[in-house]
Amino acid sequence: MFETYVVPGLIILLQTLVLLVSLLVFTAFILYADRKIWAAVQSRRGPNVVGPWGLLQSFADLLKFILKEPIIPSGANKGIFLLAPFVSAVLALAAWAVIPLDDGWAIASVNVGILYVFAISSLEVYGVIMAGWASNSKYPFLGALRSAAQMVSYEVSIGFVIVTVLLAVGSLNLGDIVLAQRDGLGTRLGLPNTFLDWHWLGLFPMFVIFFISALAETNRPPFDLVEAESELVAGHMIEYSSTPYMMFMLGEYIAILLMCALTVILFLGGWLPPFDFAPFTWVPGVFWFVLKLCFVFFLISMVKAFVPRYRYDQLMRLGWKVFLPISLFMVFATAAFLKLMGWA
Amino acid sequence: MSADFLSQGLALSIPELILAAGAMVLLMVGVFVPADRANATVTGLAVALLIAALGWMLFIGGRGEAFAGAFVQDGFAVFMKALTLIGSVVALAMSVGFARAEKFDRFEFPVLIVLATLGMLLMVSANSLLTLYMGLELQSLALYVVAAINRDSVRSTEAGLKYFVLGALSSGMMLYGISLIYGFTGHVGFAEIAAALTGGERSIGVLFGLVFLIAGLAFKISAVPFHMWTPDVYEGAPTPVTAFFAAAPKMAAMAMFVRVVMDAFAPVTADWRQIVVFIAIASMLLGAFAAIGQRNIKRLMAYSSIGHMGYALVGLAAGTLVGVKGVMLYMAIYLVMTLGTFAFILAMRRKDEGNVENIDDLAGLSATNPVMATVLTIMMFSLAGIPPLAGFWAKWYVFLAAIEAGLYPLAIIGVLASVVGAYYYLRIIKLMWFDESVGGFLPVAAELRLVMGVSGLFVLGYVLIGGPIAATAEAAARTLF
Amino acid sequence: MAVRLRHRALARWRPGREIGEAIMISGLGAAFFYLFAFVAVGSAFMVIAARNPVHSVLYLILTFFNAAALFLLTGAEFLAMILLVVYVGAVAVLFLFVVMMLDVDFASMKRGALEYAPIGAVVGIILAAELLIVLAGAAFDVEKPAQTALPAPNPVVRHNTAALGDILYTDYIFFFQIAGIVLLVAMIGAIVLTLRPQRAGVKRQNMSQQVARTPETAIDVVDVETGKGI
Repeated sequence: MFETYVVPGLIILLQTLVLLVSLLVFTAFILYADRKIWAAVQSRRGPNVVGPWGLLQSFADLLKFILKEPIIPSGANKGIFLLAPFVSAVLALAAWAVIPLDDGWAIASVNVGILYVFAISSLEVYGVIMAGWASNSKYPFLGALRSAAQMVSYEVSIGFVIVTVLLAVGSLNLGDIVLAQRDGLGTRLGLPNTFLDWHWLGLFPMFVIFFISALAETNRPPFDLVEAESELVAGHMIEYSSTPYMMFMLGEYIAILLMCALTVILFLGGWLPPFDFAPFTWVPGVFWFVLKLCFVFFLISMVKAFVPRYRYDQLMRLGWKVFLPISLFMVFATAAFLKLMGWA
Repeated sequence: MSADFLSQGLALSIPELILAAGAMVLLMVGVFVPADRANATVTGLAVALLIAALGWMLFIGGRGEAFAGAFVQDGFAVFMKALTLIGSVVALAMSVGFARAEKFDRFEFPVLIVLATLGMLLMVSANSLLTLYMGLELQSLALYVVAAINRDSVRSTEAGLKYFVLGALSSGMMLYGISLIYGFTGHVGFAEIAAALTGGERSIGVLFGLVFLIAGLAFKISAVPFHMWTPDVYEGAPTPVTAFFAAAPKMAAMAMFVRVVMDAFAPVTADWRQIVVFIAIASMLLGAFAAIGQRNIKRLMAYSSIGHMGYALVGLAAGTLVGVKGVMLYMAIYLVMTLGTFAFILAMRRKDEGNVENIDDLAGLSATNPVMATVLTIMMFSLAGIPPLAGFWAKWYVFLAAIEAGLYPLAIIGVLASVVGAYYYLRIIKLMWFDESVGGFLPVAAELRLVMGVSGLFVLGYVLIGGPIAATAEAAARTLF
Repeated sequence: MAVRLRHRALARWRPGREIGEAIMISGLGAAFFYLFAFVAVGSAFMVIAARNPVHSVLYLILTFFNAAALFLLTGAEFLAMILLVVYVGAVAVLFLFVVMMLDVDFASMKRGALEYAPIGAVVGIILAAELLIVLAGAAFDVEKPAQTALPAPNPVVRHNTAALGDILYTDYIFFFQIAGIVLLVAMIGAIVLTLRPQRAGVKRQNMSQQVARTPETAIDVVDVETGKGI
C-alpha cells in the first residue's frame, strides 16, 4: 500500500509543487518583462522603483492585491462570481502538467498530451463567461459574450494547425512531437541537425496562423476586445478587485505562457538545441526551452506594443474567412505531400 | 479492409453518391447564379440529379450488400427507392410555380430536398441499426429545416419547431431502443440480430428495445399514437413542402419499418405483430373519425395520411410475402393519389387571395373548372377506396393479406374504418358538384396539369396495368424472404 | 484485420511507457471511478433540479467533465479529450451563451411544469419499473459482444487514438461519411433559417479593395483657386 500508492503520490506532489512555484515566479518576471518591453517601445522607463531596475515590481503588486479588500457587488451571483477567477487560474495551471520542459521532464507524459492542452485551453473561456455573467453588469456581460464567440472561433484554426503538426509527427504525445523535430527539412537536404529541422520552417504558414490564433485565444492585444478599455472599461474584470482580480491576471498570463510553450513545442523544437553539436549540446535542454519561451513571449509583447486593436467584425472575418480556409487547405496539402513523398 | 471493400461499396451506392456530390455542387451553383434565377436553376438541376440517380439505380446499378452488410441494394430497396425518388422529383417539380408566386425562392430548398432524399435512400437501404439511424437523422434534419423554411410565417416556423422537438423525442426513444437491442443481442446488423434471436430464448430486453424502436418508426410514418405532429406540420408548412412530406418520407419510413421487422425481427413475428396490429387499428380509426371536422384541406390530407398508413400497416401485420407485397403496392398507389391531390391543392389559386386552402373554397368547382373538379373527384373516390379505382385495389391487397394470415378482426375494422372515412372524401365531391359556386381558380400551371393528368390516368387505369405492377412488387418483396 | 504500424511514432513505440493496460478497474482506480461516477450522477441531477438555468448549464458541464474522467479511467483517453474539446469547449460554451442571453423567467415556467409533474412521475415510474424488470430478468449478455465485436486493440501495441482511426476510416467509412453529410445539413439549415439577405445600400468593408489602394487611386491633387471651393 505504502510503496505503491503513497510514495509515488508524494513524488508527484513534490514535482507539481516545484513546477508550480517556478512557474509562478517565472510569471512574475514575465509580467515585469511585458511592462518593460511595452515601456521601451513607447520611450518610457516602465517599472523602475521596487528593487534594482524595478525587478521586484510584480511582488509588490502581489502584496498589494492580497492586502486589499475584495469587493463583491450586491447584485452579483456570489458563488459563480468567486468561482470564475479560480476556474481561470486553475485551468491555466492544470495544462502545464503535460508540458515537457526537457526530455522526460513532464509531470505526466500522456499519450494524448496535445489534445489535453487543447481541451484545457478551450475551457479557459469559462472563467471569462462566468465572470461576465455573475457580475450582473452590462460591460462585463458584453465582454463575456465577445470572448465566447472569439475563443470558439479561433479554436477552430488552432485545431487545424495542431492536426497538420500531428500529420507530420504521427503522435499526440508532446514529447514525441519535440523528438520528431530532430530530423526534418534540413536533414532531408543533407544538412546536420539544426534549427532548420523544426516545424516552423516546414509548416511556416501554420506557424504564423498558430501565433496569431494564440493571441486571439488568450485575449491578447490586438485581439483584446474582451477587455477593450476604450469600449468596455475592463470587460469581465470590471467588478473584480484584490485577490480575485489577481487570480484573473495570473490565469491570463499563465495561459499566455502556455501558448508560448505550445508554440515552442509544436514549431520551435521544444528543448532541442538550435545546433546539434558540441557547445550547444552541453547546455541542458530546459535552458533552450525557456530561452525559446522568452523569445515567443517577446514577440507577443511586441505585438501588443505596436499593433492597433482589431474591430470585432474584422476579428471574426480573420478567423472564419482567412484562417479557417487556409488551415483547412494546409491540412489537405500537408497530408497529400507527406503521402506523395512517402514520409508519412 | 481491402480495396474491394471500398470499390464494391462505392459501385453499389452510386445513386447515393450522385445525390451527395450533386447536392454539394448545387450549393455552389446556387451561390454563383444570380439570385433571381437561383431557385429555378437549382430546382431544375436537382430534378435532373434525382432522375439520374433513379435511372442509374434502375438500369445500370448492381444489386447486393456492401460496407460489411451495412448497406443493401436488393429488389425491395430498389422498388421503394424508386417510389421515394419519384415522390421527390414530382414534389420538387411542383414547387417551381409556387416558389415564384409566393416569393419562396430560396435555392437552398431544392438542395435540402436532395439531401433529405439521400437520407431516405439510406434508410431504405439500411441493413443495420447504425445505417438506419444515420439515414433517419439525415432525412429528419433536412425535413425540420424544410418545414420551417418560410421563416417569416409564424405557422411555418411553429410547424418546424414542433416537428423538430417531437422528432428529437422520437429519435431519442429510437436510440434507446437500439441501445437495448444492441446490448441484449450484441449486434447492430439486421442479419446478425435475426440470427441471434433465432436460436434459444429471447430476452425481455430485446422486446423492450423493439417496442421503443417501433415507437420511433411509427413517429416517422405518423401512425397513431405518434401522429400529433402531422396535422400541424401539414397545415403550417408551405404547400410544396407538405406535398413532399406526404410523399417521399412516408415511402422511405415505411420501407425501413418493413425491413426492420421482416428482416431483423422475423424470428419474433408474434411479438411485433400485436404492436403493429394496435398501431394499424388506432391509425385507421383516428384517420377516419378525426378528419370529419376538418375545414382545411391540408389538415384533412394529414388525417387522411394517418389513416392510410394504418391501412398499409395492415399488410405488414400479416407478416407474409403477400402482406409485404400489399404494403409495397399500397405505398405505390398512395404515392400517386397523394401527389395528384397535392397537385390539385397547389392549383387552388385565386387572383387576389393567392393560394387558398379551405374546403369551402371548392364549392361549385364543377361549374367554373370542370376538369379540375373531375380530377379531384377521381382522387377522392380512389382515396375512399371505391372500386375499380386504384385505391380500392390497394386496400384489397392488404386486407387480403390480413385475411390470409388469419387476422380477421383487423380486416373487418379496416373495412369499417374505410366506410367511415369515405364520408369526408365524398363530402368534398358533393361540395364541388352540388353546391353554389364561390368563384373559380386561376389557370393551372403546366407541371401541375401534367401531374394531375398522369395520376388521374393511373388511378383510373390501374385495373388494366395493375397486373405487371403487382408482379414487379411481388418479385421485389421476394428478396426480403 | 492485421495490426499495421502506420505511424513513425508507433514504430518507435517503447513498451510500458504510459498506458494502463487494465480494463477492469480496481484499487485506487475504483475509488476514483466511484468518485467521478457519484459526482456525475449528482451533478446530472442538479442539472434538472437547479432553479437558475445558468447553474443548470454549469452542472451540465461538470457532468461532462466527470464523464470524460470516467472515459479516461477505462482507457479511452482519446474519447475523453474529444468530449472535453467538443462538448465542454464548444457546444456547452454556446449553450451557456444562449441561456445567459435568454430573458425567460424560468422560475415561473418551472411552476407551470409542476402541474404536469404527476403525469411525468407516472411515466418515469413505469419506465423505471420496466428497466428494473429488464435488468433483473436478464442481465446484459456480456459474453456475446465480446465474441462478436471486433477484438479490442491491445493498448501495449496500439494507441487508443490510432486504433480508433484505424477502424473509423476503413470499416466505418460509410458511417463516417454519412455523419459528415448530416453535419453539412445542419450547417445549411442554420444558415437558411437565420441568414437575412443584405439590405441594399448598406456600406460594407472590402478588405481587398482597401489593401489594393495606392496613392494614385486614393489621393486626388486639385489646384484650388483662392477664394473658391472645390
